[in-house]
Amino acid sequence: MTRTWAGRIGFYTLIAVLLAFFTIPLLWLAAAPFTSDPTYEVRMPDFTFENFQTIIEHPYALGSLVNSLILAIGTALLVVVLSALAAYALSRVRIPGRDALLYALLLLSSIITGTAAMVPLFQLAIELGLIDSHTGLILILTGGLLPAAIFMIKDFMDATPKSYEESARVFGASPLQIVRHVVTPVVRPGLATIAVWTIANVWGNFLMPFLLLSDVEKQPAAVIMYTLYTEGGQANLRVLSTFGLLYSVPVVLMYLFVSKKYGFRFHGGIKR
Amino acid sequence: MAAIELRGLTKVYPGGVKALDSLDLTVPDGEFFALLGPSGCGKTTLLRTIAGLETATGGAVVIGGRDVTGVQPGGRDIAMVFQDYALFPHMDVSDNIAYPLRIKKVPKAARHAKAAEVGARLGLEQLMDRRPGQLSGGQQQRVALARVMATQAQAFLFDEPLSNLDARLRLEARTFLKKLQRELGVTTVFVTHDQAEALAMADRMAVMEAGHIRQIGTPAEVFQRPANTFVAAFIGSTPMNLLDAVVRGDTLEVAGCKLPVPASAEGLLTEGEKLVYGVRPEYMTYSAQPVDGSLTGGVVILENLGASHLVTLDVAGVLVQAVVPEGHEPALGEQGYAVPRGDRALVYRDGELVTA
Amino acid sequence: MAQVTSPPKPAEVVSPAPARRYSSDAAGLGRLRAGAFVAPALALIAVFLVFPALWVIYLGLTNYRLTGAAAAEPQFVGLDNFVKAVTDPEFWDSTWLTFQFVLGSAVIGQVVLGFTLAWMLKDRRGTLKSVVEGLVILAWILPSAVVSFLWVALLDRDAGTLNALLGIPGFAWLLDHPMLSIIIFNTWRGTAFSMMLYGAALGNVPPSHLESARLAGASGWQQLRDVVFPHIRGHILTNLLLISLWTFNDFSPFLLTAGGPDGKSEVLAVHVYKVALQNGDLGYGAAISTVILLINLVVAVFYLRLLRSKK
Repeated sequence: MTRTWAGRIGFYTLIAVLLAFFTIPLLWLAAAPFTSDPTYEVRMPDFTFENFQTIIEHPYALGSLVNSLILAIGTALLVVVLSALAAYALSRVRIPGRDALLYALLLLSSIITGTAAMVPLFQLAIELGLIDSHTGLILILTGGLLPAAIFMIKDFMDATPKSYEESARVFGASPLQIVRHVVTPVVRPGLATIAVWTIANVWGNFLMPFLLLSDVEKQPAAVIMYTLYTEGGQANLRVLSTFGLLYSVPVVLMYLFVSKKYGFRFHGGIKR
Repeated sequence: MAAIELRGLTKVYPGGVKALDSLDLTVPDGEFFALLGPSGCGKTTLLRTIAGLETATGGAVVIGGRDVTGVQPGGRDIAMVFQDYALFPHMDVSDNIAYPLRIKKVPKAARHAKAAEVGARLGLEQLMDRRPGQLSGGQQQRVALARVMATQAQAFLFDEPLSNLDARLRLEARTFLKKLQRELGVTTVFVTHDQAEALAMADRMAVMEAGHIRQIGTPAEVFQRPANTFVAAFIGSTPMNLLDAVVRGDTLEVAGCKLPVPASAEGLLTEGEKLVYGVRPEYMTYSAQPVDGSLTGGVVILENLGASHLVTLDVAGVLVQAVVPEGHEPALGEQGYAVPRGDRALVYRDGELVTA
Repeated sequence: MAQVTSPPKPAEVVSPAPARRYSSDAAGLGRLRAGAFVAPALALIAVFLVFPALWVIYLGLTNYRLTGAAAAEPQFVGLDNFVKAVTDPEFWDSTWLTFQFVLGSAVIGQVVLGFTLAWMLKDRRGTLKSVVEGLVILAWILPSAVVSFLWVALLDRDAGTLNALLGIPGFAWLLDHPMLSIIIFNTWRGTAFSMMLYGAALGNVPPSHLESARLAGASGWQQLRDVVFPHIRGHILTNLLLISLWTFNDFSPFLLTAGGPDGKSEVLAVHVYKVALQNGDLGYGAAISTVILLINLVVAVFYLRLLRSKK
């Protein structure tokens, strides 16, 4: 009896400590945006919405969110379409050297990171005139995300029975009809997963836009957020807190959507 | 409607596995034909090669008098039901049935009318706007059948059509399928690993082993006169007794007993020859009294088959089985005398049936 | 060969058609079209992923600079940059800091915390579990620019919540203990992945094994040691390799301390940025990047070996 009680107390103490560790840093984001004159300290907010007014008047805040959106959607479209086409072909057709190619892709995607490739990517962007270009950044981000995306979507395709396609084929459907009528609808959850994963990745990415976009008008929220708290003397906490909240909300909504719709299924090796 | 003809059909997989070895087979127009064999014998490969889902390495597939060996599956004018039915999960029943017509560019209204008509014929009226995931196994099977019926193809191919159903439903579906095929009159080839299913449904059947056809015939022929010991052992719910035998004058010596030479092999045997004597347990007459020309031994096992019993005798160390009707079953340990029916007993030389 | 016991009707006349091979994959796509499907993705990967990796190796062998004479006409300098790196105490400092960062925040922090959370929440359902998991995952999914600033606010010397809670106003976390700060920060940030991976792994431990251990009277620790760890050994290794790789390449310490003060939290990721893009020494930066690539390669090959041997 005493042992179970001690165990319970231990369990709840540990949970409470861990809960505090994970909650306390987040409290400020929940409180400060609704406080009239926020400081670094977490205080009970007075539930004002004035701070949101400041954001609307801020020259770059809303624009940067739009930029983030453009980059995220653009990259997601490109990644979903290209990875789906490639993964389908790799899943269904015995292309010579397929296994070696897949292995190489997996290896490359894990070793060539932003950190390792920032110097040549910066160079490449200069040479190709892709500095300060959303298109350029989208292409670079797509190139980096594609290998992992191809892998994930290929898993979905491999798990789909071939009999769907064969059945359509016996009825006389052409390969493109099969892809349109049968394959795309069947793997739609996989496509959605890739899209969400890409958007989350791009939305939070700081290094690449920080390197490749110097024009404030074109910078996404990640870079503007950083600029807001590192540059120009005393940070404006009203703008920072509210902007941080606005910038965070879409990620949270997307996470809730995904975990509700598909259950937050665990795909090993996916992050950021 | 059309006959299906295979000539020297060969399929070698990359890596050298010979799945089909120069098969010749003709399925006449309107026939319900079974491909039967243990798993890995090539029966599904054969069906898929007829469909065109596998390309033949050699030989020809001829459907309705047209050589379709090099024709894409969609151009062969056939329809296929897959083992998992392959109903598209994102389409409702109506769209699923109408899909082949959509490919043929039939206008939307016309193809849905056709789907409704075929669906009604198979008792699917109430289910037309359900998704496949909401249907039972039996309902899914009927949707898959409706879909091939809507194609009005020359021939149907069924891959293990009953294997996804549970045991009770399977019997019902067996009767249903046979009746449907008879009504439609469409040449139909189906694959099964279940000999009872093939015997029950098919007009004729081919028994396959390791890429070869070992026998082609009606269910009665294949059951009564298996062409070789492989088929003899494979067909029948209780396996055939296959016993080593030696020719001694005008009798065969089997497990120390003297049996008359079966009618089918009369005059075809040489003195002293070693053979295999085959007789089905169903074609044995059991007696508790000594009888001439019987296999004699103690009763070692009794198995209840429902309306009959399967009796196993130990005949000088060789186990022999006989089916005994209800009410005549012996007691364990008693001496039994099993007399093979002379017109049903068979003799195999080197695994092949000895016959005139 | 086959014995035909009942002959079929005679065969009809057949019009011979030339046997032609066609593609036999499920959708009849064929190799040509499959190639066309794969090509655009491969092209982008080649240009924006493979090519930069190869180029970084080349750049590391030059004295390329962002500005000045060496920007216009870079010279091939052989292994000079690598020699410079090996003899540069700053490089070794940075490598040592990176090692501390990976060991402290990933190998110890995230793994221990992630496993503890997964183990504690293993058999629980309901609100407590979803709240704890939700918060841990929230720390993981929020944009790095936002969480970095949240930690700047939390650790602020004068008004920060942490000092207020601990009653030590004026304690300068980011200035006096920058490495400790980024290690705790990254533990907080990345635990979710390990928690979810171990959660999935623990779900695969057959309950019957745990029950038979319990019936045999094994204590909690004995159950862990004798039943759980042998079952999830593969997951632990996978997890260690992946988070080490990610942490090693993580750029977010830059957002918190920018490598400062005075290089005291300048991990390699930040070091490359400072050398190559702030100081403009692209050649030398590329040489360090090459070293990072090689380390990544070693870890990744090890990881892929592991994946293969599991299959």
